[in-house]
Amino acid sequence: MNYPPGYRRAVPGTQPEYLHPTYVSSRKRAPAQPLIYLPHTLSEITGPVFAPETGNVKACDLTRQHSGEPLGERIIVSGRVLDEDGKPVRKTLVEVWQANAAGRYRHKVDQHQAPLDPNFSGHGYAMTDGEGHYRFITVRPGEYPWGNHHNAWRPAHVHFSLFGPAFATRLVTQMYFPGDPLLPFDPIYNCTADESARQRLISAFDWESTIPGHALGYKFDIILNGRDATPMEK
Amino acid sequence: MTLRATTSQTVGPFFGIGLERLNCAELAGPGVAGERVTIEGRVLDADGVGVPDAVIELWQANSHGKYAHPEDPQDKPVDAGFQGYGRIPTDEDGKFRFTTIKPGAVPGPDGKLQAPHIAVSVFMRGLLRRLVTRIYFPDEPGNAEDFALGLVEPGRRGTLVARLAPGLDGVLKWDVIMQGPGETVFFDC
Ligand SMILES: [Fe+2]
Repeated sequence: MNYPPGYRRAVPGTQPEYLHPTYVSSRKRAPAQPLIYLPHTLSEITGPVFAPETGNVKACDLTRQHSGEPLGERIIVSGRVLDEDGKPVRKTLVEVWQANAAGRYRHKVDQHQAPLDPNFSGHGYAMTDGEGHYRFITVRPGEYPWGNHHNAWRPAHVHFSLFGPAFATRLVTQMYFPGDPLLPFDPIYNCTADESARQRLISAFDWESTIPGHALGYKFDIILNGRDATPMEK
Repeated sequence: MTLRATTSQTVGPFFGIGLERLNCAELAGPGVAGERVTIEGRVLDADGVGVPDAVIELWQANSHGKYAHPEDPQDKPVDAGFQGYGRIPTDEDGKFRFTTIKPGAVPGPDGKLQAPHIAVSVFMRGLLRRLVTRIYFPDEPGNAEDFALGLVEPGRRGTLVARLAPGLDGVLKWDVIMQGPGETVFFDC
């Protein structure tokens, strides 16, 4: 029997190493042994498929999940999910979560002394369309302090989780904002050696998706591992 | 290749708000065929301390060895009620527990069947990129021939095999040890 091909591996330097000592909590959670190369089998080229959910606009509009509007600057975050060959990843689930405009998460562990917003939960999800497009309406997340080192602050960011077509294409990442002065000092953003790979985590301000009189647009395209050319044997 | 895959970043400590909608620790509903198993364990850091802000994801075939995915070409029965996906966050002590059915064997790259296994993704605060591992089953004759276990030096293979929990019928133990003695085998996937 012929099985479909596996997926490509990361180009060296374009993904973080597990141990990044300036990110203190990686020190005791990064494996010390080298990873073992696993050729992709049927277990890795398949992966969970989620039914497209239609009509749940509140899931992708984080400003309309409560009776009132959240505080902060409304923004549109949109883009495409593509593979490394530029082909759209269709009907794939995109999950997002973020802090509110004051830099506070609606999470019991977040002890930052900034106000919660009763009108903002800070999470949502969307399925990409037939061309790989996704779109969220939200508010610009605030920067927030954290305990990694003295006077540590996370740059403004939105967390993203994607599945793609296979177990091998799973990705969790963070989207940043252009011109954020905290980026050069953030050990998480700077964990990846390749500078252009880091810069691709920064969204671009976008006139086209900006809604006049309502919300600024930011574009963030997400690239998932591409397919190997050669099919697996058997 | 024209583009490069987007760089991974940690899930951070607050992933619960974004990911809990798909939390699922009961992978198989009442009508699903197969042998029921419960697997429990802990995610432990280099000091042996439980990791309270980790989440594991599971991906497995049904009891016939068929994945609920359009690219599985095998002529085997699909189980309508079984997706094969689970997502379980750890608790304050780093513990997790889930119930599923034992997967059937699926083909490997050498044409032989792989031993029954569950593919596992591990995410946590402090982990900049997903880690991938597998859960195999104890007393499984196929383990000796399994191609992926064969990639691992014999002394470390045991980290991939769940253990029978004495006195607990149908419960298997499997821990994720991030670093140090007994460190779990993780795969470059
Ligand atoms: Fe965050």
